[in-house]
Amino acid sequence: MANYKIDNNVKYAKTHEWVRIEDGIAIVGVSDAAQDMLSDVVFVELPAIGATVQAGEPAATVESVKAAEEVIAPISGTVVEINEALIDAPELVNERPYEAWFFKVQPDDALDKELANLMDAAAYAEFASSGE
Amino acid sequence: MLRTPLYDRHVAMGGRMVEFAGWELPVQYPAGPTAEHHAVRTAAGLFDIDHMGQFELRGPDADLFLQLIQVWDIEKMAPYEAHYSLLLYDDGTVVDDIFLYRLPERWFIAVNAGNRQKDLAWLQANTLGFDVSLIDVSDDVCMLALQGPKAETILQRLTTTDLSQIATRTSAEVELAGISALIGRTGYTGEDGFELYLPATAAIDFWDKLLATGKDDGLLACGLAARDSLRFEACMPLYGHEIDAQTSPLEARLGWTISWDKNFFGREALLKVKMEKPPRLLIGFEMLEKAVAREHYAIAINGQVVGHVTSGMKSPTLDKFLGLGYVPAATSAIGTEIEILVRGQPKKAKIVKRPFYQSRYK
Repeated sequence: MANYKIDNNVKYAKTHEWVRIEDGIAIVGVSDAAQDMLSDVVFVELPAIGATVQAGEPAATVESVKAAEEVIAPISGTVVEINEALIDAPELVNERPYEAWFFKVQPDDALDKELANLMDAAAYAEFASSGE
Repeated sequence: MLRTPLYDRHVAMGGRMVEFAGWELPVQYPAGPTAEHHAVRTAAGLFDIDHMGQFELRGPDADLFLQLIQVWDIEKMAPYEAHYSLLLYDDGTVVDDIFLYRLPERWFIAVNAGNRQKDLAWLQANTLGFDVSLIDVSDDVCMLALQGPKAETILQRLTTTDLSQIATRTSAEVELAGISALIGRTGYTGEDGFELYLPATAAIDFWDKLLATGKDDGLLACGLAARDSLRFEACMPLYGHEIDAQTSPLEARLGWTISWDKNFFGREALLKVKMEKPPRLLIGFEMLEKAVAREHYAIAINGQVVGHVTSGMKSPTLDKFLGLGYVPAATSAIGTEIEILVRGQPKKAKIVKRPFYQSRYK
């Protein structure tokens, strides 16, 4: 169960979401370990644009062959964009987990603190391969 | 958890092992459940279904006993014919769904893994007064399924028996790769294919040979997830979901298995259900709003909960979100709009024709 793909440019939550900041906007997705554990993704339920998300709280749902799992927001803020491509092609989550972003968030002022709570690539690589 | 002879093989192949009916089996391999499902519909898939139970029934009263304890008319079955049937309790509910094979000197009965002990005990108790012997041969037999349009072509390479002469729902005793085996042109996928019964000691070598033989045809090893999605599309019941000890065959749309002309366990109670009409019926539905309907989710009509989902998923072959479930008979017509409560949210669906996928048999 080791040797999951790791993206070095993102930070990770213990619940296997990743986030990176681009021009002040936080982009959120799920890791390779997450998509592997989920098995084939068949449906993604995204938040509404304008919705508020809270770090540590569910923000989206990913349904796989196996089960429905919540995607926990790694940082707080307002949703500014959602990835419509995932609605028609949910399998992108399995195929390219670090490209298949779910939603983008305009962070609020807790950002720095929340980012500090997340793992960097090396820490996550160890965490993920140790089996959750 | 129990393990089949192929456990190490599954692990070596990267199978994701899970618990099912007390057995440790692969739910999928690295290809994934969707790819495995498509392989069966377009090429072939190989399943380790050795967790299932197999019994042999012999003796002068075997036919008499069998005719009484299950619903199909076995007197009509020719030698080597195989057929689906049900065992019913006295109240007309389902003990198990089974497959029967009429072989020389004996009946071979395949039962669900989760019901093996229950079925054995129930059958044994009912043999009182009949000159029969009922033996559980499950541990000596390894059961595999090879399913898909290329199944015959692939299996043919391992036997000199002309497989094209074996019709659907018939069986044969053949040599596969030099091993004596019973094969049935039967399955649980809606595709042409075979279920293979081999000595357990030959399981590993045969598994390897079969996979190697079919590799270039696109044969994939398939796990439990694919097994479920395939039978679901073909609207075949799964015990514990569409049928169980609280369900009658009539509400599960299995009335076609019932031979009313003979006496059988549960006949009286079932006849009453038939006369009064079952209060609820199994229906198939298609989601009108994208959502995955899963087992146990409530079904509502006009905001009122009236039933529940028994199986549901995104159908890989039909590329639609579908489900099976029970609703009151009065609201079971095709076209009826219903709602599935998905994690508290009502999602629109409509009742559609079954089966979702039309089985393709030879």
